[in-house]
Amino acid sequence: MSRLISLHDAIAQFVHDGDLVYAAGFTHLIPFAAGHEIIRQGKRNLTLARATPDLIYDQMVAAGCARKVIFSYMGNPGVGSLRLVRAAIERGELEWEEYSHFGMITRLQAAASGLPFLPMNQTAATDLERANPNIKRVTDPYSGREVITVPALHPDVAIVHVQRADENGNAHLWGIIGEQKEVAFAARRVILTAEEIVPETVIRSDPNRTLIPGFLVSAVCHVPYAAHPSYAQGYYDRDNEFYLAWDKISADPEATRRYLEEWVYGVRDRAEYWAKLGEEKHTRLRVPPLWSEPVNYGRY
Amino acid sequence: MDYSPSELMIVNAARLLKDGDVVFVGVGQPNLACNLAKRTHAPNLVMIYEAGVIGAEPARLPLSIGDPTLVSGALSVVSMYDIFALYLQRGNVDVGFLGGAQIDRYGNINATMIGNDYAHPKVRLPGSGGAQEIAAWANRCYIMTPHQKRRFPERVDFLTSAGYLNGGHAREDAGLRGHGPVAVVTDLGILEPDSDGELMLTALHPGKTVEMARENTGWDLKIAAALRQTDPVTERELQILREELDPTGIYLKSTG
Repeated sequence: MSRLISLHDAIAQFVHDGDLVYAAGFTHLIPFAAGHEIIRQGKRNLTLARATPDLIYDQMVAAGCARKVIFSYMGNPGVGSLRLVRAAIERGELEWEEYSHFGMITRLQAAASGLPFLPMNQTAATDLERANPNIKRVTDPYSGREVITVPALHPDVAIVHVQRADENGNAHLWGIIGEQKEVAFAARRVILTAEEIVPETVIRSDPNRTLIPGFLVSAVCHVPYAAHPSYAQGYYDRDNEFYLAWDKISADPEATRRYLEEWVYGVRDRAEYWAKLGEEKHTRLRVPPLWSEPVNYGRY
Repeated sequence: MDYSPSELMIVNAARLLKDGDVVFVGVGQPNLACNLAKRTHAPNLVMIYEAGVIGAEPARLPLSIGDPTLVSGALSVVSMYDIFALYLQRGNVDVGFLGGAQIDRYGNINATMIGNDYAHPKVRLPGSGGAQEIAAWANRCYIMTPHQKRRFPERVDFLTSAGYLNGGHAREDAGLRGHGPVAVVTDLGILEPDSDGELMLTALHPGKTVEMARENTGWDLKIAAALRQTDPVTERELQILREELDPTGIYLKSTG
């Protein structure tokens, strides 16, 4: 069953005001295009969850989409502070809920496995336990030791960008695979954006690379360069210049407003955004290929 | 020989690594320290990045923890859950590198917030990331930080990562598997825990003094009876750092 629709329609149909949205990725395959579309459609009161909220959450908070963030490390990766989320928290304008990376990912693993919670070994760093009542201790019934537990996190919508998928949503990802698989299984709805839409035979040629099966997916959108300024392994490089530039833009509310005006509201979709970046930027982000050795599955 | 405070810290941190160590690496200075060690005395170092990359051999300077150069040519790439569960929690990591806005007398780290009320932070910091678990479960941890009074308070405002807690047997009693922060490398010298878990000055870099270290520490800093001087930075070490690892000086020139 084809689930191929436009990103505009996917966001309109599957993201609702007040939803808990998890736009996945650990610095790789960050779904910027979907975030920009959410901003353009003026979604409100979202809870934005991700282990590592980065520039796209900064932009969504600046655009007034968010009521709350759930995170474990909030920064501009490789640069420093995530200024707008940080300022909104310091001003008391944004709710937040915080874990360690392992706590956050364990929440997804629990949800993805259909469990109510999962245990983790304790770390003796007890201040976060005091600050966040979701982090609890229970006694291991086997050893009598205390372990930490965190509850399952079920996003209303997971947004995952992948290198390639078929039109049914069977998706191949490689490179840093962060929490994309877990969040797809944890969420109620999954929006997939893909660099390439490929025939099902391509997916079937390398089934070990399929991290997300199509039957979990609500919508598949063909959106090349959807991850810029982050990257898609093998497709284009990370735009480090932009991460540095954002540090300056986000320090100035007027510059932030102008950025959103020009690069989010001012373009219709990702294709227009990419064209607007220009040839020089395209060339700079191109990467020479490095192919893996093919594996032999055998004909049985 | 002229070198920056960052170069001094990186070289000294690199020397603490042993050949064959499995190291949980952060970007920036720890990445440079590990790559320097690998090119000098520890060719069999295995570098693990919290983004899920094992045995990375970055061909260029990684500018973020998830830089694609870490992936191409690596031994393995796994999910975040796997890196924290199978590699770190299971006890397969020898060394973790940590940093933070505050490091206290007992090596506890704050990377969460400055102030005395979590709900109303004076300054909101990025948060734990992987640090809470790395500090607890890596066999040993190293901290790299410029030696400044505001970074070395008597007590952290928020306990993001456990060092030796309140000292004594507190860490052992809490049941943590790793040995905790066994060395703090600063631009003045090296601090190591005494038998009570209190950080004391055990080494000074050439040209640095006990007074400088005491003035820049927020508690009454103990000085080891056998205070050492670290070996001078060598030309070879600087050459690798400046010519091979960070040719434009992105991390080498920073003050931390």
